[in-house]
Amino acid sequence: MSQVIHFHPDADFKARSLAAVQDPGQRKNFRGAMDFLQDKRRVQFPDQLELEGLRDIGSAIRRNSLARLPELLVQLETRMTANGIQVHWAATADEANAIAIEIARRVNARTIAKGKSMVSEEIEFNHAMKAAGIEAFETDMGEYIVELAGEKPSHIIMPAIHKTKQAIAALFAEKIPGVAYTEDVDELIKIGRQALRRKFADADIGLSGANFLVAETGTICLVENEGNGRLCTTVPRVHIAVTGIEKVLEKLEHVLPLYSLLTRSATGQSITTYFNLISRPRQPGEKDGPEEVHLILLDNGRSQAYADEQLRATLQCIRCGACMNHCPVYARIGGHAYGTTYPGPIGAIVSPHMMGLDATYPLAFASTLCGACVEVCPVKIPITDILVRLRNEAQARPETASLRGSGAGRSKLASAFWAGWTLVYSRLKVYRLTSWLLSRGHALSPIEQGAWTYSRTALKPAPKRLRDLLKDRKP
Amino acid sequence: MNARELILGRLRASAVTEIPALPVMKDWYGAHQRDEDAVQRIQRLRSVLEAVHTEVHDTTESDWPSLLLRLASAKGLRNLLIGDNTTHGDTLQAVAQESLDLIRYDKSIEDWRDVLFDNIDASLTCARSAIAETGSLILWPDAAEPRLMSLVPPVHFVLLDTRKIYADFYQAITAEGWKDAMPTNALLISGPSKTADIQQTLAYGAHGPRELVVLFCHESVKGESL
Repeated sequence: MSQVIHFHPDADFKARSLAAVQDPGQRKNFRGAMDFLQDKRRVQFPDQLELEGLRDIGSAIRRNSLARLPELLVQLETRMTANGIQVHWAATADEANAIAIEIARRVNARTIAKGKSMVSEEIEFNHAMKAAGIEAFETDMGEYIVELAGEKPSHIIMPAIHKTKQAIAALFAEKIPGVAYTEDVDELIKIGRQALRRKFADADIGLSGANFLVAETGTICLVENEGNGRLCTTVPRVHIAVTGIEKVLEKLEHVLPLYSLLTRSATGQSITTYFNLISRPRQPGEKDGPEEVHLILLDNGRSQAYADEQLRATLQCIRCGACMNHCPVYARIGGHAYGTTYPGPIGAIVSPHMMGLDATYPLAFASTLCGACVEVCPVKIPITDILVRLRNEAQARPETASLRGSGAGRSKLASAFWAGWTLVYSRLKVYRLTSWLLSRGHALSPIEQGAWTYSRTALKPAPKRLRDLLKDRKP
Repeated sequence: MNARELILGRLRASAVTEIPALPVMKDWYGAHQRDEDAVQRIQRLRSVLEAVHTEVHDTTESDWPSLLLRLASAKGLRNLLIGDNTTHGDTLQAVAQESLDLIRYDKSIEDWRDVLFDNIDASLTCARSAIAETGSLILWPDAAEPRLMSLVPPVHFVLLDTRKIYADFYQAITAEGWKDAMPTNALLISGPSKTADIQQTLAYGAHGPRELVVLFCHESVKGESL
């Protein structure tokens, strides 16, 4: 039975998180995985000074690239076109899928081998291809596992992080013909490798994302360990890369510190097995590689984040996942509860631009604002500031709304409360009268105080105000 | 309006009050250089490679073919894929005679894809250079040694001239002038293919080679200075 996960977190977010925290098996999987990834990252950064220096550099490069984004995108397009790579622009997810379908139809493609790409998840690529009669299949081991299970990734770097090896063993035995149950991880990987090998050889198109795009050289950079990304971008006749418009950097040398920050922050590796730089389609005389290389540059709400100088920092992200690995909320509720392609702290701040704040604002509240994500972010995104901003946007009056879905979290009760609060705190006499009334009536304060009293004792005003205590104080 | 104009229009309409300064990469990498000589650098590369399950052997420009044949025989390899028209491929062929079936990558992938995927046990390519810091081999596949050679066969042998080892990636791209000469495909390979997608358990041989064997070709007699 395939499990359908709908991409509308608003109504169900609380219910899903509650179910997640009450599932001890899943809690244990996530806790174990988070501890593992935190330790691995810590070992990679033994020198705090070096780490801080590198984060300053990474952040400066990303902020500079974003400040010059339109210019760099045009430079990238010019350079890639000169290299023979075809550049396409897509304002929406549907447009991106339509471009891929058009290419597939032109080359009579029946199958698409996919390397790991979160943007392809974001645009629900597989679904769109299926509707067009084209089979798109996952080849990253983690993605292959969640696809086989009919699920979605629960983590942007390790898609099957929520599954135990026992669950994967059972899944393989059930879904792959002729496979017996085994919990041996080497054996399981061998099974996955074998199941996909033939499909790589026969695929008509290879799809990939892009970790970085280099404007000066017209290069697509891909970071991976398994080799499936290289197979997808080398074996089929056509390679399509789909990625967000924010991924471009000016110079090749700018890739270096970001690549180092990415792998060390993400999985605690000093480097990945493969770093794959693609600058051209197959040239005359070359014996392999795709004859056509396409790049689809996707907006899908990114330009909304870009329009606001505070929210623009969201686009600095290099998708390492360190923020979720260190988030106390993510560790407890897991990736699926968020109901978005990108979960965790980064998901809470990037998803509103893709899906609208109306569909995603509860995620901005699913944070203790502890700041662990900000401390580990390799490009220094002020995630907690942005979360607070989004909370305010969710409550915004329609006339001050600046984002799609702003004001969707506005409730009459909360608005009335804050209007009263403003009145009380801006007029001295009203403040004195209110505090006098509250302190005298403290015994009447309700025992049930909404979410506050789920796990805390009720708030009660003190019987005497500070003012009264000072007055009573003996000289 | 088409998507391109729409997107660029939106971006250009957005306020940019300040363009943050770019860091000077040369200064950062210059300040993080290690004080090491060539021998120490070779040793560092070796230890980083070995830490990720890579087999490293010391040899020389004249001895490597016989070492390779011994290793191939010990691993029970039936055949070895070599490039077309490469000096090292030809050298090996002259030495190998009948002891190992050498197959040349001399036609387009479309003409022999099934054989490559199903029947090739190993391959040999030359590395352009290497990076000590991260234990990475740099390959620029070309017409003679195509991209899939370092990817599809389960065992990958790499010849490395130990005079071509850089301290870090920055040194490599600047010394070799990458930005003005990017090939179709440039690669860093740091170990055999791997995955930790099942319960964070590391497993080698995901979709690429499960064994990476690097032959350190030293200039003179085998590893005397080491």
